Amino acid sequence: MSTTAAAASTPRPVGRPRWRRLLGFNLLSAVILGIAGYYLGWFIGHRISTTKSFEFFSATDENDIALLLAYIFGVVGFLIGLGFANYPVSRMLGRPASLREKEQHGIGRYFGLCTDHKVVGIQYLVGIGLFFFIGGLNAMLIRTELLKSSPTFVGPNQYLSLVGMHGTMMMGMMTSGILGPFANYFVPIMIGARRMAFPRIEALTFWLLMAAGFILTSTIFFGGFPTGWTGYEPLNDQAVMGMDSYIVFFALVGISMCLLGLNMMATIITMRAPGLTWSRLPIFVWSVFATSVLMVLAAPMLVATLAMAALDRSIDTSFFVTGGGGSSYLFENLFWFFGHPEVYILAVPGFGIVLELIPVFTRKPLWGYRLAVSGMLGVTLLSFFVWQHHLFVSGINADLRPFYMLSTEIISIPTGFIFLCVMGTLWKARTSFSTPMLFCLGWAFNFLIGGLSGVFLSDTPSDTDTHGSFFVMAHFHYTIMGGLIFTFFAAIYYWVPKMTGLRFNERLSKIHFWSMFLAFNSTFMPLFVLGMEGMPRRVSFYEPKLHTLNVWVSISAFVLGLSMLVFLANTVYSLIFVRIKAESNPWRSKSLEWQVPTPVPVNNFEQIPIFDSDPYDYGTPVAIGGGQPAAVGA
Amino acid sequence: MAAEPHPGVAEPNHARRFTAIWLIASVIATPLVVFLLGPELPPGHGSEQASGHVTDNTVLLAMATPVLLLVLVYLIYAVINFRQPPGGMLEGPAIRGDARIQTTWIVITSALVLSLAAYGTVRLLADNGAGSGSGPTPLTVPKGHKLQVQVIAQQWAFTYRYPEYGGVETTHLELPVNQMVEMHVTSLDVIHSFWAYQLGVKADANPGVDNVLFVKPTKEETFEVHCSELCGIWHGYMFDHGHVVSPQAFETWIHQQETTMAPAKKVLPPYAHTYSPEPTRRAG
Ligand code: HEM
Ligand SMILES: [Cu+2]
Ligand SMILES: [Cu+2]
Repeated sequence: MSTTAAAASTPRPVGRPRWRRLLGFNLLSAVILGIAGYYLGWFIGHRISTTKSFEFFSATDENDIALLLAYIFGVVGFLIGLGFANYPVSRMLGRPASLREKEQHGIGRYFGLCTDHKVVGIQYLVGIGLFFFIGGLNAMLIRTELLKSSPTFVGPNQYLSLVGMHGTMMMGMMTSGILGPFANYFVPIMIGARRMAFPRIEALTFWLLMAAGFILTSTIFFGGFPTGWTGYEPLNDQAVMGMDSYIVFFALVGISMCLLGLNMMATIITMRAPGLTWSRLPIFVWSVFATSVLMVLAAPMLVATLAMAALDRSIDTSFFVTGGGGSSYLFENLFWFFGHPEVYILAVPGFGIVLELIPVFTRKPLWGYRLAVSGMLGVTLLSFFVWQHHLFVSGINADLRPFYMLSTEIISIPTGFIFLCVMGTLWKARTSFSTPMLFCLGWAFNFLIGGLSGVFLSDTPSDTDTHGSFFVMAHFHYTIMGGLIFTFFAAIYYWVPKMTGLRFNERLSKIHFWSMFLAFNSTFMPLFVLGMEGMPRRVSFYEPKLHTLNVWVSISAFVLGLSMLVFLANTVYSLIFVRIKAESNPWRSKSLEWQVPTPVPVNNFEQIPIFDSDPYDYGTPVAIGGGQPAAVGA
Repeated sequence: MAAEPHPGVAEPNHARRFTAIWLIASVIATPLVVFLLGPELPPGHGSEQASGHVTDNTVLLAMATPVLLLVLVYLIYAVINFRQPPGGMLEGPAIRGDARIQTTWIVITSALVLSLAAYGTVRLLADNGAGSGSGPTPLTVPKGHKLQVQVIAQQWAFTYRYPEYGGVETTHLELPVNQMVEMHVTSLDVIHSFWAYQLGVKADANPGVDNVLFVKPTKEETFEVHCSELCGIWHGYMFDHGHVVSPQAFETWIHQQETTMAPAKKVLPPYAHTYSPEPTRRAG
């Protein structure tokens, strides 16, 4: 990346010899302390309780206390090794704080604790990208198994673990998929700030997420977990030790998410440059703000729920075990109280990206700015009132189902605002179809299908057929994969030239879009039919009459996987081998992040900018009498 | 909408043209969806509830079609008509909103959404839960005699008890045709979900919970029973076939079951809405 390349060429102050740099607070010590912490926890756990055995499989050496402690101590060791304890400890001892994490040059800062929001943004992009590919690989294995109508390739236990790992990895990692890389990198620049409000917390959210991803992957050494991403009780309580990996993973993700949200909120509220009033805020920043509210309010619920589940499993409390006075409903209720806002945590940043990018490529101001903002805030508010639509057939509070049906359907009104704003901006536009714009249009199509299929799920009588079937699978892949992931790629193609100073190969980018768009639809459209034909989720054994369609879906999924490889090839080719410099503002964007030099200086701005208009100053003024200057518009 | 800011160029009236295309497309597509696709929609006509779902799905699809077409036709129209000429650097008109369009949009989407919710509620209540699990005390209950059947889920099989026949427990499900059935779904261990696809029936089975649903089969046929909530490694195998048969055939079958299952019945607990077995957990 040219940021680092440019930095590396500046002479580094002569100091410690190179090998001495290995000592100290860096990734190496983090890994060593992490492993040490892990074994310490494991040891203490075995002191507290000896082997616990599992009724069904009588697996030996099942000790949840040991594994939970091992994970927790391991994470603490890892963070100390990175240097997260230095600042609080030196302050407590009354010493001046170490400035190690303020290091400004060198590729080394990408591999350790760094408080520059631009470094954290790139760390997030690469780190999340890595786990996204692991999750995608799991999906390929799942689809390989579904080539046959009865298990052939993996056993039923591995199959469930694959589904669980895929779903959990995707849900956990991609919640920060846009906020992590792009909001961390660009929100401070867009609002004219030099840094985030809490730079150390910012770095912490990233490293927590990496530790979490590693822990989830380690579930394969402990027998996997059978519950899917929802972790329902009491199956959760019954499962082997691999379940603890799920619990610790999701709890860490929850903590990371909550801190990320707090940090974003604080930054956006307090650090806007003079003149940047709320009604001039770039729409992407608004979407980040709405998402942050969701993260801060929803994630603690997840952490608390998982803490209860961990206690049930390790020291035999009975929050969720019926025989002991607990309730399986309680878990479902708590989980979805987090889980539904979670799906909007995935969707709203996507809205922000689309609304931010479309004006640039249509050469028009954003149509209906206030409507877009109220749409996102409306979704944020309403998403806390709909969670029991996941439990329509469960028998829980059945008399309240009309209410949840209503609230769920009402949430499509603010979602509709977003569509109207997209459509309004396209009206009489001068659209150029660069790759980011293509991904935005892809979003519009996919999210439309995803949203309209949601109408069937929100209708209780109709949901009786589709609940728990592949119809649901198709629905949420359309909204998440087709919604979030498409905008994720739009953001990559749009902003990576700014982040790295390098350009993507245009032809490969277009091939990536078209293969991904077509393969995506050809993979997930038939799943609606499979669901309606009665295929349940999470089974590797299905009716032979559904075989042909499943083969079609699997082959399309492999093509979808290949399209991801096109992207990977494009990245390696364009950013590592060819390295053509990007123009300083290739999209002729008017927003602030494109006006600062590339690479962005460490402090972003020489002088804090002063805003006197919103960043959507595109287009030629309309003749008097046309266009009807709006009362509701900006 | 807005007059074009380029005087020399004659632009067609895009608003009118787009509206016309959309109206024509909707007028053609909606009846096609209702009359061609509608009857084919799942889950078929195995029960009154299933037929109800077919109607519901048709109504929802009929409402969704014009909305789908509105956005889709618009996107295609915009992509074709509103382009930057190759190599061009033109700016679009700086329209920042339109109060009339925004208000119309809000009013129409709200009306659509509220009528959907009202329709769903009416259908749910009028059809006594529409075949879905409605908790231990459903809000509405059909009149007349209801055949009582209990569905007991456990890892990894469903069994059924018929309290009106001495609480006999059978390993598969038979129901008489045209008879309202009251099913009580419960579980002995983890969460399962009882899904009888052709009957349009689904209800979660939670341990310690009695989840009631009503269904009236209308066709003598074999139907699929799946578990539709992940319940452990053999979840995918928790599937079976049930039968809807004539009332006479049902009587014969159930009496036969009473005799063959008599030895097993001796060790069964007395019939109850829920059972509280030892919790299966990894207590150490
Ligand atoms: C590469 C494209 C993808 C393919 C081919 C794919 C395929 C699948 C398949 C086959 C399943 C399991 C089906 C079953 O229930 O048996 C699944 C589940 C799931 N997927 Fe994906 N997926 C993809 C991308 C994604 C993305 C990007 C996300 C979210 C960011 C995602 C989230 C999930 C979730 C949450 C589940 C549910 C897991 C569960 O049942 O607990 N998937 N996917
Ligand atoms: Cu939800
Ligand atoms: Cu099951």
